[in-house]
Amino acid sequence: MATATAHHGAHPTGISRWLFTTNHKDIGTLYLWLALILFFVGGAMALVIRAELFEPGMQIVDPHFFNQMTTMHALIMVFGVVMPAFVGFANWQIPMMIGAPDMALPRMNNWSFWILPFAFVLLSSTLFMQDQGGAPSAGWTLYPPLTIQGGIGTDFAILSIHMLGISSVLGAINVIATILNMRAPGMTLMKMPLFVWTWLITAFLLLAVMPVFAGAVTMLLTDRHFGTSFFDAAGGGDPLLFQHIFWFFGHPEVYILILPAFGIVSQIIPTFARKPLFGYNSMVYATASIAFLSFVVWAHHMFTVGLPLAGELFFMYATMLIAVPTGVKVFNWITTMWRGSMTFETPMLFAVAFVFLFTIGGLSGLMLAIVPADFQYHDTYFVVAHFHYVLVSGAIFAILGGAYYWLPKWTGHMYNETLGKWHFWLTVIGFNIAFFPQHFLGLAGMPRRIPDYALQFTEFNQWSTVGAFLLGFAQLLFLYLVVQTIRSGKKASTQVWDGAKGLEWTLPSPPPYHTFATAPKVK
Amino acid sequence: MARKKDIRQNNKRLVQKLAVVALAMFGFGFAMVPLYDVFCEITGINGKTGRVDAQAAAASKVDKSRTVTVEFTGHTSSGLPWEFKPLRKKIDVHPGQTVVVKYYARNMSDEAIIGQAVPSVTPGQAAEHFNKVECFCFSQQKLAPGEVKEMPVQFVVNPGLPRGVRTITLSYAFFNMDKASAKKYGAKGDRASNRNHRHQVKADPVVASGG
Repeated sequence: MATATAHHGAHPTGISRWLFTTNHKDIGTLYLWLALILFFVGGAMALVIRAELFEPGMQIVDPHFFNQMTTMHALIMVFGVVMPAFVGFANWQIPMMIGAPDMALPRMNNWSFWILPFAFVLLSSTLFMQDQGGAPSAGWTLYPPLTIQGGIGTDFAILSIHMLGISSVLGAINVIATILNMRAPGMTLMKMPLFVWTWLITAFLLLAVMPVFAGAVTMLLTDRHFGTSFFDAAGGGDPLLFQHIFWFFGHPEVYILILPAFGIVSQIIPTFARKPLFGYNSMVYATASIAFLSFVVWAHHMFTVGLPLAGELFFMYATMLIAVPTGVKVFNWITTMWRGSMTFETPMLFAVAFVFLFTIGGLSGLMLAIVPADFQYHDTYFVVAHFHYVLVSGAIFAILGGAYYWLPKWTGHMYNETLGKWHFWLTVIGFNIAFFPQHFLGLAGMPRRIPDYALQFTEFNQWSTVGAFLLGFAQLLFLYLVVQTIRSGKKASTQVWDGAKGLEWTLPSPPPYHTFATAPKVK
Repeated sequence: MARKKDIRQNNKRLVQKLAVVALAMFGFGFAMVPLYDVFCEITGINGKTGRVDAQAAAASKVDKSRTVTVEFTGHTSSGLPWEFKPLRKKIDVHPGQTVVVKYYARNMSDEAIIGQAVPSVTPGQAAEHFNKVECFCFSQQKLAPGEVKEMPVQFVVNPGLPRGVRTITLSYAFFNMDKASAKKYGAKGDRASNRNHRHQVKADPVVASGG
């Protein structure tokens, strides 16, 4: 502790503290705030979409702007909310969980973060360029030929994706170096908390696929401006090639968005069930198998493009195989709760909702994996319902649960439990009203990414819109609660939760600026 | 302190290795372009057709017991001001039989334009059994202002065609090879046409949205 403070000297205050900080806790906080701000930006875009879809016909926005909203909502939620939030958790928690004084590469850590706000300013600025074609509008998957034809927004999106990619790769390298080199003596790999394990595997996924995505968008850029024809059929290219490259990135990407969520839930459930995690080893192996399988299933996003039969069969079976390790995880979470002395504080409510609702999303994923069924479901609202069940009630619920779980540790104050429970119930009810009817809409044939629909879809769409607004406005409660917890609230104890286990709970709440300058001994 | 120094050394070595992985994966993204072509060539997927010489085509045994309907279609991209269509809509052939059909092209603009046709065959599993002896798509076509050209396609359907396939569709997309010229004749991609598109959409939203 003494050497660490002497080394860093007095840390600056005010804005320069945040600009120049190399402290993992500060950087974690920055990531989490960025994610929270963009959560509201991306959420507002979702509400524009839902408001337009409240009634058939065109009411509020024109179709081109509607397309910009669907594209930007996805880009912001994926790259601006879920990924930064998980990196925020990683920054705060990984060093404290493995007994390290900080991340392995603190300066690079600062850089990884500060690239992001600029990337998102670049991306969002396209909304104010409506005369030049506005924001990217071809969907977050950026398929050519639309993206080759689109306006200036596509170029901004490509450059901001390059920046996000650099940030993610640097972040991933940092996480791997921290976990492999900075563990306290005695903290063997198989003793690490599961959150650390899931992040280690996620970091390898990031390292493997973000550069591929950067390559894909670079090809788009050169096709657009420098006369190449990677995806341009006129010059001998192939638009379908982009889909293969994109989904080679895209499928591991969806596990990047969910594996840390598995980790968070695997920390929360044992705490409130007051039992150790059931099947720790199988959890680790299941996570690794999911990550491995994620590289050989990409074409299940493209069943309808005209793949050969052998390809369809291979990708169908490989996709279904993922249900096995995922099933192991769900089984282990339920078994951890089985006969535990459970209590239902807000983090646990989110974790239980996660297990229940994520499994629904996993099940609709299996339905989509069946090739003949997918020909009907493809590009319908069934797909929209599916990925919101895995991304909202999966990733976002885990993030919210994790925030409640560690907020007392980070701030030193207990949050308001009554408000937390209100937030949970409004969120979970709003979420299900918003997204459950979308399964039916999709099965009945409503296509996604279209601002208008046939009359028979009206009622379910109105349910969905009402639910979306409930879900959206409930999050303001969360913002209020976070600010309230930072500024006031009952003093949190070191232990915070009586069932919590792990190195972070041996530190005072809030932990001092520098922790574990002398590595703890782990038995 | 010794431990701290070790960690710094280890970090440096690990970061170098991981950076190499990241760079390699960036390269792999580009490597997928040729790999994908090689893969498609080996497996005969992606609707790409085969090519045989005239002798091989003549030597192939005609299977009179089966008749396959070959349909023809074609279109130009928006940047190519040509009229382009098949002169016959369809033809019944026996597998192994060499057939010639013609496509019609007329340059409707007042300048010479070079175009390239890109073929596609459906269903996909028929593509590798659809062999061309001669085709206007093998080379670029130049049409003088107002010029009309009848362009032959000589093909043979391989007797190895799966028995379930009774109809094959051969489609051509004709592209303008000069990007500047393509833009001039209305290929999307410039900001102005994008803007026009938006205004048109505003005027008639329901039709434009496809709803």
